[in-house]
Amino acid sequence: MVDELLFFMEVLVGGLLAGTMYSLVALGFVLIFKASATFNFSQGAMVFFSVLAFCGFMQDFNIPFVLAFILAALLMVVVGLCTERFVLRPLMNASEDTVLMATIGLGYVLEGLAQAAWGVEVRRLDLGIGDFPVPWIADNLKLFISALDITAGLVAAIMIIGLFLLFKYTKIGLGLRAVADDAGAASSIGIPLKHIMLLVWSAAGVVALVAGCMWGARAGVQFALVDLALKALPVLIIGGFSSIPGAIIGGLIIGAVEKVLEVYIGPFFGGAIEGWAPYVLAIFFLLYRPEGLFGEKIIRRV
Amino acid sequence: MMKPVFMTYTKKDLINLAVCMVLSVLVIPSFITTEYWYTSILIPWLCLALATIGQQIVMGYTGQLALGAAGFMAAGAFAMFNLILRVPDLGFVGSLIVSGLIAAAFGILFGLPSLKVRGIYLMVATLASQFFIIWMIDKFGWFKNYDSSGIITAQDIVILGKPFTTPLAMYFVCLAVTTVLTLLAMNMARGSTGRNWMAVRDMDIAAESMGVSLLRTKVQAFAISAFYCGVAGALFAFCYLKSLEPVAFDIKLSFKILFMCILGGLGTINGAFIGAAFILLFPVLLNAIGNNVFHGAIDATIISSIEQVIFGGLMIIFMIYEPLGMAKLWENIKQKWKTKIQSSTSLKSSLGKKT
Repeated sequence: MVDELLFFMEVLVGGLLAGTMYSLVALGFVLIFKASATFNFSQGAMVFFSVLAFCGFMQDFNIPFVLAFILAALLMVVVGLCTERFVLRPLMNASEDTVLMATIGLGYVLEGLAQAAWGVEVRRLDLGIGDFPVPWIADNLKLFISALDITAGLVAAIMIIGLFLLFKYTKIGLGLRAVADDAGAASSIGIPLKHIMLLVWSAAGVVALVAGCMWGARAGVQFALVDLALKALPVLIIGGFSSIPGAIIGGLIIGAVEKVLEVYIGPFFGGAIEGWAPYVLAIFFLLYRPEGLFGEKIIRRV
Repeated sequence: MMKPVFMTYTKKDLINLAVCMVLSVLVIPSFITTEYWYTSILIPWLCLALATIGQQIVMGYTGQLALGAAGFMAAGAFAMFNLILRVPDLGFVGSLIVSGLIAAAFGILFGLPSLKVRGIYLMVATLASQFFIIWMIDKFGWFKNYDSSGIITAQDIVILGKPFTTPLAMYFVCLAVTTVLTLLAMNMARGSTGRNWMAVRDMDIAAESMGVSLLRTKVQAFAISAFYCGVAGALFAFCYLKSLEPVAFDIKLSFKILFMCILGGLGTINGAFIGAAFILLFPVLLNAIGNNVFHGAIDATIISSIEQVIFGGLMIIFMIYEPLGMAKLWENIKQKWKTKIQSSTSLKSSLGKKT
């Protein structure tokens, strides 16, 4: 009985920590949505693009770790700059769905560019943190929890606290929220829309890079990251598109539910139900609480 | 507006249809003799154009952002396989219709969230259908007749006792099905059904207050869309792939169909054919350039990456400058020519009067 409970705890904790990885991807998404009410479908592609560039800098040009990270972050700022100039600004007055479709196109561009520049083979990314159980926890609590999962959890926590404080207490954050609420009104009282957009897209790019590092260290840097990042979408639906804490809670829920279902119910159906379980969970949320746990209620005016 | 001659078709439509039929039934078979054109371009073009019409119905006409066309195609393809295997009395055409109906049932099930949500929320809900259907087919051996190899060979197409196995014959099968369904789609889009779809697309709340039932309209659009995708999937598997594997219907195909739909032109039927032709032919062209101009100096993976960049870039450009896609572009060119001819003739006649 105790063993079973321990096993359940292990599955649950593993799932929760793996869920923070989804949260990291979702975070970039929320950031952009909060500041510009744009659904950025290319967040997954940004994850792939940034981490592949990071790997490329390190492995092809032998640039040291820290410098390569900074370079990759700068590259994401450039991507943000180009996105703002060439995609968002011309689409300023377009409908939500049009911008969404444009970001799907942007995702394709980023995926293609990344593969054209750095090749298509799977790259290994070594962060110096192993993807194996931490001995200390295994000895004392009898739980096998990967060091990488714990790191991802910590990183996610730090980023979320940082972003939360930024949005809540700084002048920039206030500007961001004003733009999200009504871009026209915000620009008419002198909030520089261009700078805000650039800032947000750059921040989302850096968040994507961090998320990509975590994913890359676990699964290898490869195209499949884009599909994994799609799972950030159900996370967002559960947590709410405009809520930073929602992104983390949503990620935790998805991570835990998908692991527990996979381990306890999956075997009856031949396994691999984690491929669709998050989406079906999201459908149930959509039916009963479309705005998610922490999102603002969706009000449409005629 | 021209007066309809037959159902909702005008005289111009009938002329267009006649031209298309002569082209596709007489001209193409007598001029194109290489098998490659049939097996690699014309057949997949017709199948994917049909699936794109399905996507158009739900996205272009009803305005619901759906991203699961390939899932419904898979449902149609595997339904077809099982129907021919287990209910041979149904015949090819009967099986095709029933497999379309089975896909439509899935369409209704996964279209239900559209009553509550729209935009990207709906996109996520339809992603569920994509992943769930593929998983279901993959994990339950019954759907694949307990074949362990993963790839099943599609049965031969037999209609009224006659086998249709040559590329040309299969082309005619695809052509017949596509023609019938395209005409039906045009009729629906122009009739009251299509008016309801477009009313819901343009402003669902206004449509509802004018007495259009949202439940009926949306579910109907999803069902018909999935029917088209299902039939297209069955044709895709039986005429083009000639095998059945769930992997062939993955999310990438859904995105491809989405691109065909958007680049071709939302809310148009001819856009589906234009978009499908473009997405299919462009990589062929790019490969030809890579092979002939650069003599294979560029790696094939780089060419496919460039292709992706161009598709994505075009998507952005079209969204900015012409959100209605290539069909609208084509319309604009025609319009320009017309006014040019008109203005030059009127200029001539006015000059003639003076002298």
